[in-house]
Amino acid sequence: MTETLPDFPMARAARCPFDPPPQLLAAAPISRVRIWDGSTPWLITDYDTQRAVLGDQRFSADSRKAGFPAQTASVRARRENFRPFISMDDPEHDRQRKMLTRNFMIKRVEAMRPRVQEIVDTLIDDMLAGDKPADLVTGFALPVPSLVICELLGVPYADHDFFQACSKKIVSRSTPVDDAVKAGDDLRAYLLDLVAAKEKEPTDDMIGRLVTDQLATGELTRDEVAGMASLMLVAGHETTANMIALGTVALLEHPEQLARLRDTDDPKLVANAVEELLRYLTIVHSGRRRVATEDIEVAGQLVRAGEGVILANDAGNRDEEQFPEPARLDISRQARHHIAFGFGVHQCLGQPLARMELQVVYSTLYRRIPTLELAVPVEELQFKHDAFVYGVHSLPVTW
Amino acid sequence: MKVTVDQDKCVGAGQCVLLAPDVFDQRDSDGVVVLLQEFPPAELHDDVRQAAQVCPALAIELAEQ
Repeated sequence: MTETLPDFPMARAARCPFDPPPQLLAAAPISRVRIWDGSTPWLITDYDTQRAVLGDQRFSADSRKAGFPAQTASVRARRENFRPFISMDDPEHDRQRKMLTRNFMIKRVEAMRPRVQEIVDTLIDDMLAGDKPADLVTGFALPVPSLVICELLGVPYADHDFFQACSKKIVSRSTPVDDAVKAGDDLRAYLLDLVAAKEKEPTDDMIGRLVTDQLATGELTRDEVAGMASLMLVAGHETTANMIALGTVALLEHPEQLARLRDTDDPKLVANAVEELLRYLTIVHSGRRRVATEDIEVAGQLVRAGEGVILANDAGNRDEEQFPEPARLDISRQARHHIAFGFGVHQCLGQPLARMELQVVYSTLYRRIPTLELAVPVEELQFKHDAFVYGVHSLPVTW
Repeated sequence: MKVTVDQDKCVGAGQCVLLAPDVFDQRDSDGVVVLLQEFPPAELHDDVRQAAQVCPALAIELAEQ
């Protein structure tokens, strides 16, 4: 019977780059799928059930547990070398996460807003002074979050070619296992050197504070500090950068929405547009993963202890019970309860920073360059079907 | 409306502070929620309801009359 199960992840429809796969949207709230290693975890697509599972710690995020549905062979292999706190359960997950939360407090993030505005303005100045067409990904979408996360962490931006290359290999589904493992190890080795430097000369940044507050007191090992820094660096790059570039494509394809966003002076509408784009695009599109630690009934289906569960947040954010006419991009809709950042105790730690960066970008870029347009037909863009985080590989624009 | 927060459950995502900054704050050491008003005025009730709805740790409870 299992021969007939659909494969996961599923393919998006041609010419519908913003919509989740039709097969995914048509799936029952809970059903079996087959993943890369031949295992057959449960796929959950509806909004309410996803929130219930992600909010229930009887579903474990521990990637070492039998039955855990790993994203790829590479992720499984990387987790053998190092397991970050996102792949742990409480209480250890909570202990490590709480060492970082203060860095993303609302007031600290708001204090960074003027600096982010300055970074955004400078990059736009550079782009306008340069040749056109230009690649918005390398010229703007990637440098914005990269510069911001480097300053927050205390990582020299001058090394960005190195760590961006590592990051790219880590988030791609098509990277061979050995290369992905090496990219993860190389990045942690680089950050271990940085930790050693900060032990000699303390710095007032996220890694510096982990060194003086947690490493010095024995609460964390050097490997753990480097691993946390690696997680923050990769997560800080790949998410916001893709939201900037893919969000721009989506807005250019919805000119009436773009005009409303460009012409508003209302920061609330800008903030609302960020939430709607997070919902509409849900770039973390490969499903969040858990494994049941006991027998639990989910949406009328008994999930047995040891069975894997995949939560399709992109489908949940298109649930019409929660978001009427879910396929429509509408920057003034109520979308604040989306699950693009996940849900439960593992919900994205960096979300206040991501929101602020996107608010600054979306309220600045289209105003500074009102004639911004694609330099190639949208059909020619290369979308990141092969990455854990969806987006575009490059974005040729002109003005 | 009476608001209760569970600091042990809180994961410091900060969503309540963004939605209702007059009702919720975060403590400096670890970003965990601090309740500023146990009985917020009526004009803040919608924001507080939304904060409770989106809290990823289900750490906000509301008792409504």
